[in-house]
Amino acid sequence: MVTMISIKPLLAVLVPLFVIPVLVSSSSKPNVRESWIFVSGTIVLALVLSMLPAVLAGKQLVLTLFEIAPGAALAFRVDGLGMLFALVASSLYIVTSIYSIGYMRGLNEHGQTRFVSFFALAISATIGAAFSANLLTLYLFYEILSLATYPLVAHHQDETSRISGRRYLTFILGTSIGLVLPAMIYCYHVTGTLEFSTAGIFSGQLSKPQATVLLLMFVFGFAKAGIMPFHTWLPAAMVAPTPVSALLHAVAVVKVGVFSIVRVMTGIFGVDLLADFNLGVVVMSIASVTILLGSCIALSQDELKRRLAYSTISQLSYIIFGVALLSPQGLLGGVIHIVMHAFGKITLFFCAGAIYVATGKKYISQMTGLGKKMPFTFTAFFIGALGVIGLPPAGGFYSKWNLILGTLEAQQTIFMVVLLVSSFLNAFYFLPIVYKAFFGKSEEEDGSPVKIQEANLCLVIPLIISAIISIVLFFYPTVFINLIKVGLNI
Amino acid sequence: MDNYPALIVIAPLLGAFFAGLAAWIEKRLSYPIALAALGLSLFSAVNVLMQVIASGTIQYRMAGWAPPMGIEYRIDLLNAMVLVLVSGIAFLNLIASYKSVIQETTDRAESFYVIYLLFCVGLLGVVATGDLFNLYVLIEITSLTSYTLIALGDRDRGPLAALNYIFIGVIGASFYLLGVGYLYIKTGSLNMMDVANILSGIQGSTTVLVAFFLCIIGVWIKMALFPLHVWLPNGYTYAPVAFSRVVAPLMTKVMVYVMIRLMISVFGYDYIFTELNLGQAVVWLGTIAVLAGSIMALSQKNLKKMLTYIIVAEIGYMVGGAWLANELGMTGAILHIVNDALMTFALFLAVGNIAYKIKSTDLANLKGLFGRMPWTMAGFVLAAFSIIGVPPTCGFFSKWYLVLGAFEAGAYHFAAALIFSSLICAVLFFKVFEICFFESRSNGHGDAHGHGDSHSTVIVEEAPISMLVVSGLVSISLIVAGLYSGTIVNTIILPFLR
Repeated sequence: MVTMISIKPLLAVLVPLFVIPVLVSSSSKPNVRESWIFVSGTIVLALVLSMLPAVLAGKQLVLTLFEIAPGAALAFRVDGLGMLFALVASSLYIVTSIYSIGYMRGLNEHGQTRFVSFFALAISATIGAAFSANLLTLYLFYEILSLATYPLVAHHQDETSRISGRRYLTFILGTSIGLVLPAMIYCYHVTGTLEFSTAGIFSGQLSKPQATVLLLMFVFGFAKAGIMPFHTWLPAAMVAPTPVSALLHAVAVVKVGVFSIVRVMTGIFGVDLLADFNLGVVVMSIASVTILLGSCIALSQDELKRRLAYSTISQLSYIIFGVALLSPQGLLGGVIHIVMHAFGKITLFFCAGAIYVATGKKYISQMTGLGKKMPFTFTAFFIGALGVIGLPPAGGFYSKWNLILGTLEAQQTIFMVVLLVSSFLNAFYFLPIVYKAFFGKSEEEDGSPVKIQEANLCLVIPLIISAIISIVLFFYPTVFINLIKVGLNI
Repeated sequence: MDNYPALIVIAPLLGAFFAGLAAWIEKRLSYPIALAALGLSLFSAVNVLMQVIASGTIQYRMAGWAPPMGIEYRIDLLNAMVLVLVSGIAFLNLIASYKSVIQETTDRAESFYVIYLLFCVGLLGVVATGDLFNLYVLIEITSLTSYTLIALGDRDRGPLAALNYIFIGVIGASFYLLGVGYLYIKTGSLNMMDVANILSGIQGSTTVLVAFFLCIIGVWIKMALFPLHVWLPNGYTYAPVAFSRVVAPLMTKVMVYVMIRLMISVFGYDYIFTELNLGQAVVWLGTIAVLAGSIMALSQKNLKKMLTYIIVAEIGYMVGGAWLANELGMTGAILHIVNDALMTFALFLAVGNIAYKIKSTDLANLKGLFGRMPWTMAGFVLAAFSIIGVPPTCGFFSKWYLVLGAFEAGAYHFAAALIFSSLICAVLFFKVFEICFFESRSNGHGDAHGHGDSHSTVIVEEAPISMLVVSGLVSISLIVAGLYSGTIVNTIILPFLR
């Protein structure tokens, strides 16, 4: 593996961080403040993109900052997997920033400067997690992300957000300190390193029971991935303003959780060790439970954002499911779902927020007939839903296809059934919303032609962009596929 | 200059003398004199540390008298580091104290400075000295001055807390003194090196055994190891804030230093861990202290008092780590002396700012504090994260070494207690954050619903700039110390231990 030293990953982490003081100092001039967000977002995306060719060519960009202990440094390494995640996060950050302006100003929210500052901090931590070279660095950014998101979740500063914020922290911080931290230190104690490598860091030091316990501590400990029973923070976190739900609780935060689990499985344990101990099936079973239960609960939710949240819980487990298949096809399908689900789900959240700003409606039962007033929003919603269900012409088809192929490749027919059942459930909880919006009759209707009343442009443009990208990904997923192949050696 | 080791201690001593003198002649001079004295002390300490890193241990003979007769200052990497820590914190605190001393002890500000300097003399001397009896004398200086300063605090409860502290403190000191007496009977020497050499030949002696227990228990009382901690919470809570800011981070940490010094340089690992085989038992004591301190902190309704119970838990970290009988645990304990001093200092600085502005540290009075004192709270949040052990703040890295050490020693209960305590601390601090974040001061929390207007009317009322700068500086140092903990371990702690 060719490595070269580069300062770019550090810069990508620092740019959103250093822009925070600027944001704070321009708090009385919202337009100036917002333009700084775009400048920094664009720089981050440019930095990430500038590393893309090298990574695609099979190189890794590395940078060691602080040697904390031998084998455990604060260090960055940009490989295919990290690049994939950083690309998704940094590009959606810009889209979400546009959306944020529309949403926060549209609702005249308080504390906007605080909001954008912590948002920037969260993005910085997300990029840092993507580029982490070892588990220690990953843990560091994971924790920073947990804490940076708290003021965003609790943004409204009322009793509901207080309770939700408390639940959020209890689960996220409780599991990361209570489970991941000891597991990580134990790994270091046994091997003396925490450096990710595709071969894993263990060489026969672990017995099967030990490996099982450690793996479970990681899988449940990275609770941002929403594996049941540590998932309840996610529906609770839906009290946050929608841009937070969209970018952080459909993309950045939750996927840092999934990404961490993927990293641990592929970089700390290594696919071979997991296969030897037959641990893939264990993780797959856990993921299957979450997939099915998540979908079922989503079906019963009337509040749109909560339905989306449970859908996210279920979809996140697809990713873990795919990786736990431990076969090339499964790994590919699982990891690429990080991308596909990101674009699909963020579109859905954008739509939910746009509906709320334009009409004040939060519940699905109120949305009958709304499609005629907001055709763009609901078309985008339809595309996003297709992506999450996994139907063409949305990118999500690609991940579901590979996942199912993966189960066949690994000869896990039962698990294939899980996927199929869940896909049906997905369709059941999304498509009626779209159908009723376009073809149902709302109580206010009096037969006269309905005027189009979309939310403001800052809200509509982002959701159109992300919907279009969802479709584009169906036709051109190559970049991401190559990144996964480079990153995982498959 | 060769006399730096002496200057570290002499400078504040002379400073105290002149500051006292100045109080009669020109009151305004006391403060600058005190500041200059501690500045000089800090400067010397930094110089000594550089010198020790460059060329090894310094042996300084007071007034030229040769040991074992004369008093020897023996400065190796460990105490050079602790000296910088102590003089640095004492100096920074004095900068932050100017306004709060005037506010709290209006007519007695000069006496405060004099006693404060003497307190620093005691602490610095304890760390610098290589003589067992001299150590006792200096411990008494720190204790006597702290009794006085605590009594200067809260008019109702300060004197009683001080009295309580005197009783227990005197018992602790007597234990230690008695232990030193036994050692003197057996070895005829008071110089640490000398005593250590003689002891290695007479490990089976009952006298030495008694001496050992007396000394260690005396030190434990002084450092407030649970269940010998009862004097600490009230004492530190009711002291004037300018004093609790320095006594909370330093006093207990210096006593932990003394314990480690006795373990390594006087009695020796062999004696403690092989001959007496005490490691496991004391690690259990540490474990219990960690758990008890954390749980007791949970029930407090006053911020300052809550923090004092966290100190009790942190003492458990260091005691447990030091007695794990392996290099990693000891590394963690020593690193935690530095880190815990810094983070406790940062916390108490924030508390000082709050007390200065709000005139109360009851949790119920902290509503809406994020809006009113954003900078103070930023410092407080960073320090709290360090106590919880969130990377990259320094608290994480000492915990890292401590847990690693616990795994290596097979002391899983201790590792579990450390993790548990992190969780409890998270609960504790987020309880405080919630009050400061969600509840607005004027209208209670029913009003927090509205968007826009109700929040924009918050007026920032920050502490004086001198207090803010110190508090900001120390909070940032938590991250710096965290990121450079690899360097601290590799250049200071590991060379010292090997």
